[in-house]
Amino acid sequence: MSSLNTLSNLATPNAQPPAKTLLSIRNVAKTFGANLVLRDISLEIAQGEFLTILGESGSGKTTLLRIIAGFEAATSGELWMSGDRLDHQPPYRRKVNTVFQSYALFPHLTVEENVAYGLRVAKRPDTEIKQRVAEALDKVKMTAHAKKKPSNISGGQQQRVALARALVNRPQLLLLDEPLSALDANLRRQMQVELKSLQREVGIAFVFVTHDQEEAMVMSDRIALLRSGELEQVAGPREIYNRPATAYVAQFIGHTNLLKGEVRQSIAQCGSLSWKSNLPDGPFLFSLRPEHLRISGGTPGAVHTRAKVLVQAFHGATDLVRVECADGLVLTLRTPSGGIKGENLEVEFEPADAIPVRESPERT
Amino acid sequence: MFSRAYRTIVTVPPLAWVAVFLLVPYALMFCYSFWSVSAAQTIVHSWNFANYQELLEKPVYWQTLLRSMWIAARVMLFSLLLGYPLAYFLSFYAGKRKDLLYQMVIIPLWVSYLVRAYAWKTILGSDGVLNTLLQYVHLTKHPLEFLLYSPFAVVLTLTHIYTPFTILPIYAALEHIPSNLVEASHDLGASPSQTFWKVIFPLSIPGVVAGATFAFVLSLGDFLAPLLLGGPSGIMISNIVVSLFGAAYNWPLGAAISLGMLVIVVTLLFVSERLEKKWSYS
Repeated sequence: MSSLNTLSNLATPNAQPPAKTLLSIRNVAKTFGANLVLRDISLEIAQGEFLTILGESGSGKTTLLRIIAGFEAATSGELWMSGDRLDHQPPYRRKVNTVFQSYALFPHLTVEENVAYGLRVAKRPDTEIKQRVAEALDKVKMTAHAKKKPSNISGGQQQRVALARALVNRPQLLLLDEPLSALDANLRRQMQVELKSLQREVGIAFVFVTHDQEEAMVMSDRIALLRSGELEQVAGPREIYNRPATAYVAQFIGHTNLLKGEVRQSIAQCGSLSWKSNLPDGPFLFSLRPEHLRISGGTPGAVHTRAKVLVQAFHGATDLVRVECADGLVLTLRTPSGGIKGENLEVEFEPADAIPVRESPERT
Repeated sequence: MFSRAYRTIVTVPPLAWVAVFLLVPYALMFCYSFWSVSAAQTIVHSWNFANYQELLEKPVYWQTLLRSMWIAARVMLFSLLLGYPLAYFLSFYAGKRKDLLYQMVIIPLWVSYLVRAYAWKTILGSDGVLNTLLQYVHLTKHPLEFLLYSPFAVVLTLTHIYTPFTILPIYAALEHIPSNLVEASHDLGASPSQTFWKVIFPLSIPGVVAGATFAFVLSLGDFLAPLLLGGPSGIMISNIVVSLFGAAYNWPLGAAISLGMLVIVVTLLFVSERLEKKWSYS
């Protein structure tokens, strides 16, 4: 047990936000009846940051977003924004805007009227409304469709209108609830890039909810990974990929090999594999990315093992190859496409690439 | 896809029903409206426009028609004023009691129209429940006469009877508004009342139009409420039709009025359907 505690200190689950804090989520929990949806969530969101809340369906990510927007009340905990208590304010007083998953455009209003909605209810002068709406529509390239009703434009266009409708109000924080999930793969990739550059341009903090880890990796400054209502790890995409805190994170973000092993007197032992380690004695779980395994060139200091090829899967530039070691351990390695010939080979990896991770306890 | 026999079995009975009980009577009525009654009280099958001319010339007919429309308009207005808030409450705030309250709106519809009309008679009469109560608490010295046998009584009774008909379509329209539109409105800074006027009400207009049409059309053609509670000042157009087909024995004139009514009602239904379409976005 002592070794596990040491480990949790090694990989800090909550990285410090880079700039001034905009929104502070403090110990937020949410229950629906007997159902605990969120437990003890604490998270800081910095000004101008692109933070992604990543999680499987049912992980509570949308509920967390709805609590920030004010559509749900937290069962306990507090929200603070720019020094003010946020969770006591009704949604229409929060300087937060939302892009809904299904866009939620008003069907009886034109594109232009939809975008103008927030400024109209705020009773801004007509000339200002006109100008800001025109700018917003221009920014999302929807000027040509200004007079159309939402039912007469495509899903991708509706998505842009929803974005313009939220951004035109110049919120301090924009919430996006899986806004790209209804788009097809090509448009989706294009929108990921556009959305990211738009965010840089306007400098507004985005909290983006998705279940797609690739999307999270491409777009985010930081990723908050939710699992069964608890934060598993909060870190930048590179850090979360390279230094996953838990086995769940390692598996959820990209592919990984999980090696169960033990450290004794500075030697890590996983089946027939062993390497020098400075971890304290005790049982450990290691995450080893497939790209860190390679066909052996006899590199000194690397961990070597003989293995038999089981399956080779083509992934474009690379192949994912499943191999079985002599002791029955199955590993996946990523090699340049077509790089593996023959049935038997020797594979190796650097000891430093075997990242110790915490076991993720079962949760319901 | 379906066999010929099957299609015949399914389609012929309803078509026959419509033909025998709708098309034939309308055709007969159409013919009658151009005929006339002789001095000897027989139907003269000669074709002319005399009945329609009489309708336009004698003020009693179009005055009664106007009064009927005025009564129907008031019933429509009051039904909407009562029905909309109730439907709105039911849809947005009733929570767990929604089903129960919905049933309570429906239940009066199972009670016979006649029973409900008579109930108002006992309430509004000069020694009825209301007058007795008012005198008992010394608010009035004598029974209030305008309560019964007046257009007031007719409007009140019809409003009571037809309000559920306005609640149901409005409720259905409100239930169809996606909750995320209401959330989006709040999200964009609109207060609850702004959200109501800018999002909820516009999207419920098809239901309002349908409910208004129900209340107006059903009231316009009503003859029992004016018969039981209207008195001489509360007579409506249907009462004239009834008497023309009965004691007055002037079927041709009665048919002409009925056809005129039919044209008015069909026009209203047509306009109402166009309005509903114009304001619906599903």
